[in-house]
Amino acid sequence: MTAVASPAVPGGTAARPPRLTCGRGALISVVVLVVLAAAPLFLAPFATTTLTRVLVFALFAVSLDLLVGVTGLPSLGHAGYLGAGAYAAGWVSINVTAEAPVPLLVGAAVGALAAALTGWVTVRSAGVFFLMLTLAIGETLQQVADSWESVTGGANGLTGVPLVRLAGTPLANVGYTYWYVLAVGALGFALVAVLVRSPWGAALRGIRDNEPRMRALGYPTSLYKYVVFVVAGGVAGIAGSLLVAQQRLVTPADLGFLTSSFALLAVVIGGAGSLWGACLGAALVIVIRDALGPSLDGHGTLVLGVVFVLVVYLLPRGAAGLRPRRRRENA
Amino acid sequence: MLVSILNGFAIGFLLFILAVGLSLVFGMMDVLNLAHGALFLGGAYLGAQFAGDGWGGFLGALGIAAVAGLAAGGVLSLMTEPLRRRSHLDQALLTLGVALVVAELLIIVFGDDPLAVPAPPGLDGSVAVFGATYPAYRLVLIGFGAVLALVVHLVVDRTRVGALVRATVADREMVAALGVDNRLVKAGVFAVGSLLATTAGVLGGPVYGARPGLDSTILILALVVVVIGGLGSVRGALVGALIIGQVDTLGRVLLPDLASFILFAALAVVLVVRPQGLFGTAVAR
Amino acid sequence: MSVLRCRALSRSFGALKAVSEVDLVVEPGARHALIGPNGAGKSTLFKLVTGTMRPDTGHVELAGQDVTTLSEVKRCRLGMSQTLQHSSLFASMTALETVELAVQRHEKGRIAFLPRKQPVVGERAGKLLADVGLIRRREVPVPSLSHGERKQLEVALALACRPSLLLLDEPAAGLSPAERARLVELLGGLPSEITVLFVEHDLDLVFALADAVTVLHLGRVLLSGPPAQVRASDAVREAYLGSSRREELWA
Repeated sequence: MTAVASPAVPGGTAARPPRLTCGRGALISVVVLVVLAAAPLFLAPFATTTLTRVLVFALFAVSLDLLVGVTGLPSLGHAGYLGAGAYAAGWVSINVTAEAPVPLLVGAAVGALAAALTGWVTVRSAGVFFLMLTLAIGETLQQVADSWESVTGGANGLTGVPLVRLAGTPLANVGYTYWYVLAVGALGFALVAVLVRSPWGAALRGIRDNEPRMRALGYPTSLYKYVVFVVAGGVAGIAGSLLVAQQRLVTPADLGFLTSSFALLAVVIGGAGSLWGACLGAALVIVIRDALGPSLDGHGTLVLGVVFVLVVYLLPRGAAGLRPRRRRENA
Repeated sequence: MLVSILNGFAIGFLLFILAVGLSLVFGMMDVLNLAHGALFLGGAYLGAQFAGDGWGGFLGALGIAAVAGLAAGGVLSLMTEPLRRRSHLDQALLTLGVALVVAELLIIVFGDDPLAVPAPPGLDGSVAVFGATYPAYRLVLIGFGAVLALVVHLVVDRTRVGALVRATVADREMVAALGVDNRLVKAGVFAVGSLLATTAGVLGGPVYGARPGLDSTILILALVVVVIGGLGSVRGALVGALIIGQVDTLGRVLLPDLASFILFAALAVVLVVRPQGLFGTAVAR
Repeated sequence: MSVLRCRALSRSFGALKAVSEVDLVVEPGARHALIGPNGAGKSTLFKLVTGTMRPDTGHVELAGQDVTTLSEVKRCRLGMSQTLQHSSLFASMTALETVELAVQRHEKGRIAFLPRKQPVVGERAGKLLADVGLIRRREVPVPSLSHGERKQLEVALALACRPSLLLLDEPAAGLSPAERARLVELLGGLPSEITVLFVEHDLDLVFALADAVTVLHLGRVLLSGPPAQVRASDAVREAYLGSSRREELWA
């Protein structure tokens, strides 16, 4: 998903990007996309699977960054919408059809719907209050997944999800699944990147910087926050449909506190507001959790917790803060 | 029904012990301590570890938990100190990282499996209450919780230390300007808050057991209590905890499938009607 | 019809009546100043007018329409626009981006979800920056602007909302004499379609600009009238200085 990242445009400085996207940025995006697309040809199946998981988590982290970094809404329950999308996509694949793009669209719709139903409460708050509320909502959604057995499979999760089918053919190969995830993920990333660069995105950054002033300028900020919350939920739902396409099962843990925390960690590592940074952060999180985790006796979480603490101390602006700064910015 | 109401009280008082520390730390210092649930879980595991040793074990666990809680609070206070000038979010993120580390360490030490924690001898049976049988330990828990609530209330309301706490919640800069060392107040509140969390863990062990994931479940309940009751308010924490205790247990009995929704609905209703919480003053938000 | 009419506005904080039964009428095209000693209730009244605070009792009418229950967002859309006294503006944006943000809201059409070139927005934002004398600083990030420049930017932002009523909260506070002169020139040059109501401590500036003055004292209107009448008033002098000589006050 780093694919479409327009590199010279970290977060808050993305206000006048059109110049950049048609120059060096587009070139680098294309190069990254080509490298990513070629990767499965050279990688072992396990590495390809890990990279697939990275892409899924990167899209999820990008959707969270839209809230945290761009709009200044720190959500700690975002995995709830990832999970809602994953369960919906899985359920449709099992009970209706696994033909793309049906699970994808259903996942997006259900993620957005879940965000729409819960968002009207959360967007009334800000800062740490927002954190608390989203945390409570995420936990609520997880408990729903845990207890609504007839649909979600309860604590065992939703198992036996069939392979995604494209034009009637199942994607029966980790490489095909990877390319499906890459294509959808790149589109999802592009969607968020476009929104961030639009006049609407500028308004979101205005809300992050100074919400009362935005209200005085005539912007109904609650409405903007609500819409971005729903959009982020929808993109998280897309990521959820990719998750289920890759894992072929969903468990309540996929929408729990830990998943939300790791996504927030990815965003913070990458530097809030920087979409490409969120992707890099997601890569680090997945590599530590899934690839190094087994060799750490299954305690990747411990390492990630330590990383979390270190990042907060050492990288107040995340990885994006390490780059030479083009302009002063209040992160 | 009666059993459920009593359960509600037991859980309510437990939540109060847990939430009052969280509430004061946030109300006074603006630090949202997301490691609070992990501290609770640490207490629960301590209780599980010593549960076989009868009363000595139970009281020993309480003592160790208290000391460990004080120490942990002091460490957390020190750790957040360098972030004083940064946003509240950074401080919350730091405690989130700490919570992940602590929870994982607990799994390494105590394993993945849920541990049941028996009540101390003599309290592990049931007694008859208005014709229904009810676990004796939970009755004691209700009584103990009520006493502790009273003590915390008296300390905060009637003592010099309490006055300092209330003044800090109301106007931190003013208290600092009066020459009180802010860091000391913060460390003290953090330590006591953490002590209450670990103690609640030991006390709650026989009710909740000790298992991975309990930390976040408990943290959410405590956060909901704090939000409903209002930040920095002892009375709010008590009322909020009792409400949530009842709502949660009644919900589980009457509408088991919807119990988690009901909790969220209660939170939503309070926030819509009184955004600052039932007993909160309009804190900067 | 008056641009702004406040009827019997009151607002208390606990036992303190910050604003009490205030009537205020601002006529079209006026340069109306709101003055009064510290604690007179100017800031509270200002907030009641802008809509960031609600009155306990009383009404606010904007061009004959009752806006008492409307938020500041809706009031802004009805042509009321304000500068804020202590505004940090938008820390991640340049001066031009800041003004564009305001302009795009008040141009025709919706806020687009797609990036697009908005020549109309850019042009108007540039013109507003030129009007307030910041055109050379358009690419400068807001945190790097001086205090005075930020005040100028505030005015550009307020004008970007195409106001019929412009509300200025202590526009000259913290400005150097040179910056003050510039501000007077800027406000003096505003077209007469824009009515101005401003709160100000600096009485020189008040009498340089205002053609109507309302004096608040202890939450009530002490006097409302042309500047000459206010200058001549013994009651106003006493409110400000107790019993000092009038010439000293207005010197």
